[in-house]
Amino acid sequence: MSQMATDTSIVGRGNQDGAQLFREWFEELDQVAENGTGAAYVFVMGSLTELLRVFDLPIVFPEINSLQTAVRRVAHEYLSEAEDYGYSPDICGYVKADVAVQLRGGEHPMGRIPKPAIAICTNACNTYIKWAEIWERMHGTPVFTLDIPGTRAAGAQTWPGDPDFETDRQYVADQIKELIALCEEQTGIRFDIDRLRETMGHANTMNRSWKRILELNQACPAVFNALTDGTIYLGVANGFRGTEAGATYFTDLADEMEYKATNGIGTLSDEQYRLLFVGVPCYPIFRRFNELFSEWGGTFVNSTYLWFASGGSNLGFQYDLEQPLDSLAEGVLVSVRNAMDSMFFQDLVLSEMIDDYQADGVVFHPIKSCRTVSTGLADNRRALMENRDTASLFLESDMMDRRVVSEAQLKNRIDAFFEGLATRRKRASIEHGETL
Amino acid sequence: MIGSSSSPTVLPDWVGRPLDEVLQACEELLEDTDFPTVRQWRENGGKVIGHFQVYFPEEIAHAAGMLPFKVRGAPVEPAQADSRFGSYLCSIIKTSLELALSQRVELDMFVTHPICDAARNLAGIWGRNFPYTCQILYLPQNANSNHAVAYLRAEYDRLRREIEAIAGRRVTDDDLRQSIAVFNENRALLRALYAIKREKPWLLSADEAYVLVALGGLLPREEHNALLHALLPLIEEREAHPRDRIRVVIEGGFCEQLPLDLVRTIARSCYVVDDDLLIGLRWLTEDVPLDGDPLLNLADCYIEKSSHSPVQHDLRKPKEDMLLKRIKDADAEAAIVMAAKMCEPGLEEQVAYVRTLDRENIPYFVSEFEESMTSFDSLEIQLETFLENLLFD
Repeated sequence: MSQMATDTSIVGRGNQDGAQLFREWFEELDQVAENGTGAAYVFVMGSLTELLRVFDLPIVFPEINSLQTAVRRVAHEYLSEAEDYGYSPDICGYVKADVAVQLRGGEHPMGRIPKPAIAICTNACNTYIKWAEIWERMHGTPVFTLDIPGTRAAGAQTWPGDPDFETDRQYVADQIKELIALCEEQTGIRFDIDRLRETMGHANTMNRSWKRILELNQACPAVFNALTDGTIYLGVANGFRGTEAGATYFTDLADEMEYKATNGIGTLSDEQYRLLFVGVPCYPIFRRFNELFSEWGGTFVNSTYLWFASGGSNLGFQYDLEQPLDSLAEGVLVSVRNAMDSMFFQDLVLSEMIDDYQADGVVFHPIKSCRTVSTGLADNRRALMENRDTASLFLESDMMDRRVVSEAQLKNRIDAFFEGLATRRKRASIEHGETL
Repeated sequence: MIGSSSSPTVLPDWVGRPLDEVLQACEELLEDTDFPTVRQWRENGGKVIGHFQVYFPEEIAHAAGMLPFKVRGAPVEPAQADSRFGSYLCSIIKTSLELALSQRVELDMFVTHPICDAARNLAGIWGRNFPYTCQILYLPQNANSNHAVAYLRAEYDRLRREIEAIAGRRVTDDDLRQSIAVFNENRALLRALYAIKREKPWLLSADEAYVLVALGGLLPREEHNALLHALLPLIEEREAHPRDRIRVVIEGGFCEQLPLDLVRTIARSCYVVDDDLLIGLRWLTEDVPLDGDPLLNLADCYIEKSSHSPVQHDLRKPKEDMLLKRIKDADAEAAIVMAAKMCEPGLEEQVAYVRTLDRENIPYFVSEFEESMTSFDSLEIQLETFLENLLFD
């Protein structure tokens, strides 16, 4: 099917609707802040929004707030304010941007952010815990740390039926019950298991669709850009998890991607190179960073970011609504564990991804701000290169701090990478010709 | 002269030598980045578990007949490890791996913990570089859950099984009880050493105390116990007199360690009456009960009878309040608040510490450090100025 015959009511719908939902979400938060009531502060890896919505808690993702300051090119103002308060230039930029938001009484480029009435953090990132301690000190916010035991060693995941898995699941389930008691205490709302079934049902739809959407990008050409479009989808996946609006959005998005795959509609009109992205995007020059690749015909077809920043929803875990609490514990355990695996033990996964997505290259992007994601990238790359003859690029910058983002240097490295890809392709073509 | 005897297995013979000579030998041993005691242990046919900072239930390794070796970095050039890491990381992460890559220490198992975002990556990194078991021990981060102890008991049992497979022998509850007794003795000796620091700091300088504690991370505990048993009475008998010095607490050495020369520099200007250096070796603050389930007892003590650090969140132990308590308990007049370069939890905690000390009008000196730093002139002048201001205030 030609581009002329594209159904414009479907193609591009995900990005438009996602932007609209995002605006509505922040308008709602602005209203909550205006009313002086607080919100539940949560994080992308293990947000438990399915549960928190049962208690009518507005949801705030400080990570998303922070990255928005970078995308909107005002992050440096927030970072400076937090550094003046005492925070080191060498710590997580997300934390510092949020500190400044709190110091400003919630002032944010997208509206006012309500204060944290309760904070839930998992151990998927240690900085989550340190971050929540800041709200404890600033506002006296009750903090609940949900401990989710991760994979102990590469390839050593356990599964239902294994006694070690059951120990972990029981621990998570017990903590969820403690969290429910805390939510009841904080909100004065009694826990309603049927409402939980409802929100978990919506999360099921979202998980199922997200898994399918990621699979659909195996199509050539790729139907969406994992770096740019993917970030929009992630925003909705987190902010609207457990809601009907979120479920509907992802159902529609899966339909859009099915349509594009069926009709050969790519996100780039002339896809030359298929790339995998490992790390966190360069938000201070978000659009330009992508252009440095797309100008060469490079498209990001998948990323570890789409895994861990969706809290492991990429697995498509389906809750058993007949046993909601036990199933919630299992789903959170398995999904967040998967999110952690995609950061700590990613070399094996990447090798599979290269095959599944017919990737020409892998771009590793460690950043100053996030040691959870970045510490192991160089070694992962080394291991991957030992096992696969796939081109890779190692770029260091940041997700927040433009002081360590040098566009000219990035461009030089990226241009050289594509020249290398072109040479590889030419050589492969010659070798292929010789064997015929 | 030291008169007690022991049967050294890895420690150079110290019996019969004068106190200062033994302390000097201990210091040289600690600074030897070839870790001769670990090497000797292996040459004697022993197996070694390397455990990264901060806390590790060493009793489980000990009960299996293995040497628990505290992986805490070292002042070495990360020549090989550098290519395994990017920028913006603390030094200890790199130099710890360097020790293994350069074969300065050879391990049979490596364990890290989710203490920080960098350290939890080590199991994956180490596992890609070495054939032996490399894993994460998931110490609970929800210390306030009523279920944390039960979970940790199960996690310790999982670790016991892993260790049994490597040691090639069973670890019974009685084995564990015997090891707990050895470590209880060690903890009591370390408490006694810290009591000297607090009560008679002129008898034991901060660097000497640090050396004696740190050796525990690279010696069989029986030998460490024998050494401390012999030295502590001699330290008490030292002929030294109190001097007009400010009493300070050092906070910030829970993971990456201050270079020994830096501790020495600090010790020249003040009395360090308490600190969190190598807090993992002193994490359990009371004896672990010997009756009942040993793993449950260890787990319970980890949660209920333990110190504090920036890498454990416990609603009962806000870190800034715990620092104030440490200062008060040690009758200190000031604090030295350090943070390792690029250490996320340490740098974040510094803000809370400093703001609290300001509020409480407690003088403090704040700085960053790196284990590999070698020049302390500027820092020493700043510190001396700070302390002189206090003395003449």
